Amino acid sequence: MKIHEYQGKEILRKYGVATPRGIPCFSVDEAVKAAETLGGNVWVVKAQIHAGGRGKGGGVKVAKSKEEVRRLAKEILGMTLVTHQTGPEGKLVKRLLIEEGADIKKELYVGMVIDRGSQRVVLMASSEGGMDIEHVAEHTPELIHKVFIDPGTGLTDAEARDISRKIGLPDAAIPEAVTFMKALYQAFWDTDASLAEINPLILTADNRVFALDAKMNFDSNALYRHPDIVAMRDLDEEDAAEIEASKFDLTYISLDGDIACLVNGAGLAMATMDIIKLFGGNPANFLDVGGGATTEKVTEAFKIMLKNSKVKAILVNIFGGIMKCDVIAEGVVAAARQVGLPVPLIVRLEGTNVDLGKKILAESGLPIISANSMADAAEKAVKAAKGK
Amino acid sequence: MSILINKNSRVLVQGLTGKTGAFHTEMSQKYAFGKQCYVAGVTPKKGGTTFLDLPVFNTVAEAREQTGANVSVIYVPPPFAAAAIDEAVEAGIEFVICITEGIPVRDMVMTRYKMRGKKTTLLGPNCPGIITPDELKIGIMPGHIHKKGPVGVVSKSGTLTYEAAGQLAEFGLGQSTVVGIGGDPVNGLKHIDVLKMFNDDPQTEAVIMVGEIGGTDEEDAARWVKDNMKKPVVGFIAGLTAPPGKRMGHAGAIISGGKGTAAEKIAVMEECGIKVSRSPAEMGKTLKSVLK
Repeated sequence: MKIHEYQGKEILRKYGVATPRGIPCFSVDEAVKAAETLGGNVWVVKAQIHAGGRGKGGGVKVAKSKEEVRRLAKEILGMTLVTHQTGPEGKLVKRLLIEEGADIKKELYVGMVIDRGSQRVVLMASSEGGMDIEHVAEHTPELIHKVFIDPGTGLTDAEARDISRKIGLPDAAIPEAVTFMKALYQAFWDTDASLAEINPLILTADNRVFALDAKMNFDSNALYRHPDIVAMRDLDEEDAAEIEASKFDLTYISLDGDIACLVNGAGLAMATMDIIKLFGGNPANFLDVGGGATTEKVTEAFKIMLKNSKVKAILVNIFGGIMKCDVIAEGVVAAARQVGLPVPLIVRLEGTNVDLGKKILAESGLPIISANSMADAAEKAVKAAKGK
Repeated sequence: MSILINKNSRVLVQGLTGKTGAFHTEMSQKYAFGKQCYVAGVTPKKGGTTFLDLPVFNTVAEAREQTGANVSVIYVPPPFAAAAIDEAVEAGIEFVICITEGIPVRDMVMTRYKMRGKKTTLLGPNCPGIITPDELKIGIMPGHIHKKGPVGVVSKSGTLTYEAAGQLAEFGLGQSTVVGIGGDPVNGLKHIDVLKMFNDDPQTEAVIMVGEIGGTDEEDAARWVKDNMKKPVVGFIAGLTAPPGKRMGHAGAIISGGKGTAAEKIAVMEECGIKVSRSPAEMGKTLKSVLK
């Protein structure tokens, strides 16, 4: 699960990570009032959307007067921000963060993720902050330093000190940097984060360190023990179809093709998308119905897939293992009857009771196109989507 | 022969009396030597009772002591599953299979940390389990699609494994052992570990390795294959069309930071001499083509 920058900073501050002072706002008047509350004479007006690359897209601007805060807030609130992470359709800005200006001497980078190889949390830091860290990793990997944190001890003072020096922080800033990094690790660990990224971490003229930006993602499997983080979820930032699907325990991801797919199992669902592409088609979604392809689940899945007006064919690919094919076929027929079939439906069943399943489909009286293998199904779906 | 499990394994079930544990244990008991291989269940506070003809114990240690169980399968709900693995490890169980899906990653980081230096091998979590055809099934896969034979299968995906077994059957080929390692980011056995075992198993003549986007396990395994494997390996990688930054069902199936793409995995595998099927419908055919 993702949250906004201002929410990430709220969490980090609780753990003692230094951030500039800031106030989240939902209107222009609130933004001006926030600037007054914060005081000073430089403010940063920051669009709050879940995607990165906001600065380059024109969603982060510096104001040197309250009039300018008003003008920029008006400009950014309600704009459709397009960044490399939003896709070409962009994202409507509904929230702002007004923050006090900072005296930046140097921009650095600190991030944390779970490293699969070592099976530990890895702290990554670099002297090259503010820019795309993936670019740094690719072109100058020697500038990224890592600590694989022992879960028994947590991040030690010595490790935090060492990596702070390696990224070029001056001696005067080291004690604060050590506190910063240890607090960041504690926040990451305690909240079951899957990503914490501070880009940039800034060094000020008076040798202090602050998190100028904060991006945090959380392990969705652990949300049950973090109601406070669940409360931060912003549904406006998520795909409506994906939210709807999750209510029925379906894993759905919108894609931009025209062949909707309904599959059991994540691996087979991905493979089904791949084989559609291999036959020259384009998948409209990823949809895993999980182990139990019940009538109710299949019906809901059909409804969600058909909300996408681009869909020109539906491909159902089920390998019935524990779940028998005749039961699945009955579910598909019932769902098709209930929802109606505005586009061709191609069904490939395999596994237990497959013949019985095919018979149910054939005798349903519905225009279901039956397929004998995954390849056959993909080929038929691609043809159907092209109107052949 | 086979790897990891056979008809002499003695299996206990953690979470036996829950709905999922009960259903799959019953199916497994009906498969081949299941009736004799499954020896105990563990459910706290239900010790002393009998369930599916199995004696139920309060703790793994007790169950092991009383029945000589050396393998444990876990169907415990996600909030308690990591602790269930810890308990099996502490009790000295040799091989632990965790079927449970949805365990918080942090719990698994801690569990794997505690497993350092212990003799227990872990499979999963979030995996379909393991089957040695005609001998023993431990997990949620359908038994009847498998038959005994010369092909080892190791896969992150459950249903793609069934698909592979189904395709092998079309060519009259069976399997030595089929291992579902699961798609979680922090887990036990990886492709490379299972390939090493297949390499040493006399029954296994060739291996199908099924992977998916995310991480670098497939690349690590491929490099090992290049230098060490004595038997042909073929592969399939799901997710060639998966968009970056989107988690495709499995917690670990995500392309992030430009890493973990299917294209990259396929390139490395082919460089290392693994024949990779572009179509998921041709895993069986590809395997057949390399079999001597």
